[in-house]
Amino acid sequence: MSEKTLIAAINEAMCQEMERDPTVLVMGEDVGLDGGVFRATDGLQGKFGTNRSIDTPLAESAIVGTAIGMAAGGLRPVAEIQFAGFILPGFNQLINHAARLRMRSQGQFTCPLVVRAPCSGGIRALEHHSESPEALYAHVPGLKVVVPSTPFDAKGLLVQSIREPDPVIFLEPSKYYRAFKQDVPDELYAIPLGQGEVRIEGTDLTLVTWGSMVRPAMQAAADSGKSVEVIDLRSISPWDKEMVLNSVRKTGRLVIAHEAPLSGGFGAEIAATVAQEAMYDLKGPILRVGAYDVPFPLARREDFYIPSPQRIGKAIQTACEG
Amino acid sequence: MVKKTAFEGSVEYWQVLDESGKADKKLETKLDDAELKRMYGHMVLCRLFDRKAVSLQRQGRMYTYAPLEGQEASQVGAMHALAQEDVVFPTYRDHGSYLVRGAPLENLFEYWMGYEEGLKMPAGVNVFPLSITVGNHLPMAAGMAWSMKLRKRPLMSMVCFGDGATSEGDFHEAFNFSSVHKTPLVLLCQNNHWAISVPLKKQMASETVAQKALSYGAWGVQVDGNDVLAVYSAVKEARRRALAGDGPSLVECLTYRMSMHTTADDPKKYRSDAEVDEWKKRDPLARFEAYLASRKLWTPQYKADVEADATARIEAAVKTAEAFSAQPEAMFDFVFEKRPPSLQAQRDAFVKGE
Ligand SMILES: Cc1ncc(C[n+]2csc(CCOP(=O)(O)OP(=O)(O)O)c2C)c(N)n1
Ligand SMILES: [Mg+2]
Repeated sequence: MSEKTLIAAINEAMCQEMERDPTVLVMGEDVGLDGGVFRATDGLQGKFGTNRSIDTPLAESAIVGTAIGMAAGGLRPVAEIQFAGFILPGFNQLINHAARLRMRSQGQFTCPLVVRAPCSGGIRALEHHSESPEALYAHVPGLKVVVPSTPFDAKGLLVQSIREPDPVIFLEPSKYYRAFKQDVPDELYAIPLGQGEVRIEGTDLTLVTWGSMVRPAMQAAADSGKSVEVIDLRSISPWDKEMVLNSVRKTGRLVIAHEAPLSGGFGAEIAATVAQEAMYDLKGPILRVGAYDVPFPLARREDFYIPSPQRIGKAIQTACEG
Repeated sequence: MVKKTAFEGSVEYWQVLDESGKADKKLETKLDDAELKRMYGHMVLCRLFDRKAVSLQRQGRMYTYAPLEGQEASQVGAMHALAQEDVVFPTYRDHGSYLVRGAPLENLFEYWMGYEEGLKMPAGVNVFPLSITVGNHLPMAAGMAWSMKLRKRPLMSMVCFGDGATSEGDFHEAFNFSSVHKTPLVLLCQNNHWAISVPLKKQMASETVAQKALSYGAWGVQVDGNDVLAVYSAVKEARRRALAGDGPSLVECLTYRMSMHTTADDPKKYRSDAEVDEWKKRDPLARFEAYLASRKLWTPQYKADVEADATARIEAAVKTAEAFSAQPEAMFDFVFEKRPPSLQAQRDAFVKGE
């Protein structure tokens, strides 16, 4: 056990999985010699060579596409996309092919592929470097979507993602890469996908969140003067429906917070599910907090755009009054 | 069995000014003194703008910035060969292209200081919003060129991109569309030898970028990208072809990124000082100065005057940009022409502080 940042935990997960399983490799733009623009793959090329820590040409469609082919060919590629906003040239490969290969070959070819990318805002970056696109991927059958928020989870979830038999998109909130440290086991461990984590227990209200919104949500809960149960979903496809339903049955109130724009966000899926399955346990309307339905702004406005603890706090108060 | 050569092609390399600034008499451009001086003024402005921007970032007065140092000749030479009504599609590194087109300096600072308002160009600048996503702007530039052809406007579009961008499908798709439909497009590749940490030879296995033009039945030329006159001549020729209906051309400018990829990057991790020093000797400004001096257009005093003028403009622009303060609710503007009710409601709530 030692204190690690989220980026160090991710690096360790890949390093140890590469030691354990010779079919695991990392690939992407600047991942090899440079060790990645955020240093996620630092040291891996030195340790495992250029065939397992691969600098690719600059083309996301080909990164995802060749990774699918490698996966089908018996390897376990972990493809890094430099920022979540840049996956889009590879979207077609991911959606039309990675997610459907098992079905389209009737199980003959499979795609044990992880696509990792930094996501979300708060780092004063350029355009297209701060989006939270998880809902786009959660909408795709055949694809798993993981969004860790702590170093401990990042390591265990990435290890599990690498071992998954099906494609996983692994979205890492870049503002948490070096924001704080946490005790993380030095040994390998895996956290199953689809299991949430209760960050704070409470009885007045359930606050469901994930990724970059976990810390603002915990802040809002602490400041609210209410007993708020904060659930970090950790993966949104699959997501821990039972944990959320059990909590709502206890508290009777639900707020969902995500950094992605409100409309069509994954919060809507949770709200609909709870409305359908726990209608009679609810004491008031389900509230959602998300970013505004505008493109992610440049640095000067990002703090106005990203849901703040105050905005989440207001939703908590409103929900408790309802 | 028949075996014969099915295709043969070659690509020229152009240099007008050698590394000491001596002009090749056969290739020397017919630019008049005033135009040469304007070019020089722009190159100086580029360099000083760039250095100011890096220093502002280092002082925490600006956010992440992508320096252009070393690429002044490629950007200035290319822009001078265009008509003002042509449309330019720049990248995040093409500050020089913006400047030559007449973008106000304060706009550039405002953008890199984190205000969308900086992107709003005065009429007549004719620059598309810079492409942060590598290569994505090539098809759009081909489409802009297509619109010019279909609307019978005697204009062209130019798309600027790096060596790394040639790996994206968008580069190939745009080039193919443009050459099949003969749209008046010039592809200006600033081959600065690096795509962040990835060197050219890991980006592509072909010897030149320019030869990729041959696969699209187009004209391609490789030029010394630190020679402003070579770049100018090549783009002039490419523009002539575009307007004559010959379709797209690819101009590969061999140049070098003297500085970091962005202010968030540390090039010492992946490239040697020796390589950088080698390119220092080919400085585009020093070379052009030597040429201008040989034509009696340049003296150290003239340089000092040009620099003083550029510095004054830059300092004034920084002042304007730093005094800029836009309303946060402007983020709801320009999403649509008319805000749908749901977005209007979000804006109302935001303004009320809800
Ligand atoms: C589609 C896309 N993928 C990745 C990136 C991240 N990125 C920004 S610049 C860059 C390298 C570009 O190299 P090159 O095209 O040679 O241009 P240069 O930066 O050298 O001017 C990369 C990988 C991006 N901005 N867009
Ligand atoms: Mg480059």
